[in-house]
Amino acid sequence: MLSNKIEIKNLYKIFGPNPSSLIEKVNNGVGKDELLEEYRHVLGLNKINLNIADHSLQVIMGLSGSGKSTLIRHINRLIEPTSGEMIVDGQDVLRLSQKELLEFRKNKTAMVFQKFALLPHKTVLENVSFGLFIKQVDQGEAEKKSMHWIDRVGLLGYEHRYPQQLSGGMQQRVGLARALANDPDILLMDEAFSALDPLIRKDMQDILLELQLELKKTVVFITHDLDEALKLGDSIAILKDGSMDQEGKAVDILLDPKTEYVKKFVEDVNRSRVLKAKNIMQDSSQISKELLAGQTMKVKSEDVIEKFIDKVVIEKPNLLEVTDKNGLSLGYLTSERLSQILRK
Amino acid sequence: MAKETNFLTEFPTLPVELIRAFKKTTDASYKAFSREYGDYIESFFNPLLKFLVFWEKLLVSTPWPVIIGIVCAFAFYGTRSYKIVIGIIISFFFVGYMGMWGDMMESMGFIIVATIMAIAFGIPLGIWMAKSNRAQAIITPILDFMQTLPPFVYLIPVVMLLGIGKIPGLISVIVYAIPPMIRLTNLGIREVDHEILEAADSFGATPWQKLTQVQFPLALPTIFAGVNQTIMMALAMVIIASMIGVKGLGQEVLRAITNQYFTLGMLNGLAIVILAIVFDRISQAYGKRIQKHRSGDAI
Repeated sequence: MLSNKIEIKNLYKIFGPNPSSLIEKVNNGVGKDELLEEYRHVLGLNKINLNIADHSLQVIMGLSGSGKSTLIRHINRLIEPTSGEMIVDGQDVLRLSQKELLEFRKNKTAMVFQKFALLPHKTVLENVSFGLFIKQVDQGEAEKKSMHWIDRVGLLGYEHRYPQQLSGGMQQRVGLARALANDPDILLMDEAFSALDPLIRKDMQDILLELQLELKKTVVFITHDLDEALKLGDSIAILKDGSMDQEGKAVDILLDPKTEYVKKFVEDVNRSRVLKAKNIMQDSSQISKELLAGQTMKVKSEDVIEKFIDKVVIEKPNLLEVTDKNGLSLGYLTSERLSQILRK
Repeated sequence: MAKETNFLTEFPTLPVELIRAFKKTTDASYKAFSREYGDYIESFFNPLLKFLVFWEKLLVSTPWPVIIGIVCAFAFYGTRSYKIVIGIIISFFFVGYMGMWGDMMESMGFIIVATIMAIAFGIPLGIWMAKSNRAQAIITPILDFMQTLPPFVYLIPVVMLLGIGKIPGLISVIVYAIPPMIRLTNLGIREVDHEILEAADSFGATPWQKLTQVQFPLALPTIFAGVNQTIMMALAMVIIASMIGVKGLGQEVLRAITNQYFTLGMLNGLAIVILAIVFDRISQAYGKRIQKHRSGDAI
């Protein structure tokens, strides 16, 4: 089991002139609408509990107004909570003094923003080294580090351009490089790819996954797009009206939605494109002897259903054997289960 | 019956004696104050006077070709336009040829000093106003008052305190010209995109780092609009300030008004317009240059 990098405990955020007096009411079941109507306060977050494992990519999902952007801003305390704890590496961020908080932001976290939030009067290089400048890192070293990351996100040759001269996708690469140049443990991404065209967006998702494979940061990724969440997330937390609706592994959420809200979300997902063989395979004990004795077709554990479904249709095997990349058997998949999963 | 019509047609006033007493005591106490502290205040402003005299002397004693050369260099660096440079040369030659060069240099020195002072006080005040809502709540009505009060009216206390001369003239010009500087600095800083500030915060920037690296540079185009406005207002005030002893083009205009010298008035008025256009074009050009990153063109 991986240790937790971030532990969010009983976090509440109520917006308004006198929020702490209303926590009691919210605890007793006063909802978002009622709170606004009767008490003129906005319920931002309602008793959020979430553990984020070290080196994992945690997606927080929800529609606009669900509190997801508010939640991510509590991790580096851009927003002060009404009550609760935000424990990062065993330390409560909410108890840090102003000075300690600045140190925490300089060293532990870096953030990527939806609308990029680049400094328009600074060049790409100056933007990427902004965090290092704030940390007062020696200029030569800051430039060296920044150029490394500019190279990694594929912007070499653009370092002396201004952000306005770049396309949206390129601007967000600058945003990503700026965050990574700081070498933070935690990468906070607030709808980082939502403002980009679908194709560029896919590129950026691939860049992020590729970098993550190597860097193993703890990434908190906010999105309103389930496909993006399923593609990127090791685990997904779904927020609705400031409350946690469901939280768990991507596959569990897809196959076993707990609430109506989540059900509606996952309804339209193309499962064959998201689910991998390893996600849905069964143990040999669940398979009858006759089937095991018969002919099987081998599929790779990391392949999504879409990759082998055509072969299944042509060869019509009764049983699929799921193997790892060395050909070792990991589990089985009956054609009944496969069709059940695809039928929903 | 007759009494009631009087009540409606004539506004009820305080007894005349009371009003007279009120005016008398106020004036007397202000006079007493200026008699008591006038010298002290005057010596307080002495460095300012020296600064002003330095500029006026510098401009008046510098050979005219050098002045034209410097102004043209400034204009060309800002605008990259030969048309404007040629325009400046022609109009400056016109002013000089008509015998107004010395007066124009004195006015120019005066405007430069007034603008420098307005910037030196206006920008910090504007920053303070942007950082604190309470400061904004206090300063805004004062600025409203300063901008609506007829400029002649606030000549009076300045003159009573400091008499007639360069310094009272300069102070009233600064007071008249500083509001747009303060307002536009405040506006420029408040207008900075919230998300960009959040980004600076997320990297752990201190308030000072945020101000110098993000807020001030992003507010610069708006602040420059304030500088431009301030220069224009200072120029407009030059004539009024000449009534309390400021020399230069304004004084000639004043002489033309009192003596009905139509041509003298027109010529000096024209010289002020030329000065205004030159200052305006140059300061606007610099305002635009610092926005170069905002354009999408490759640089």
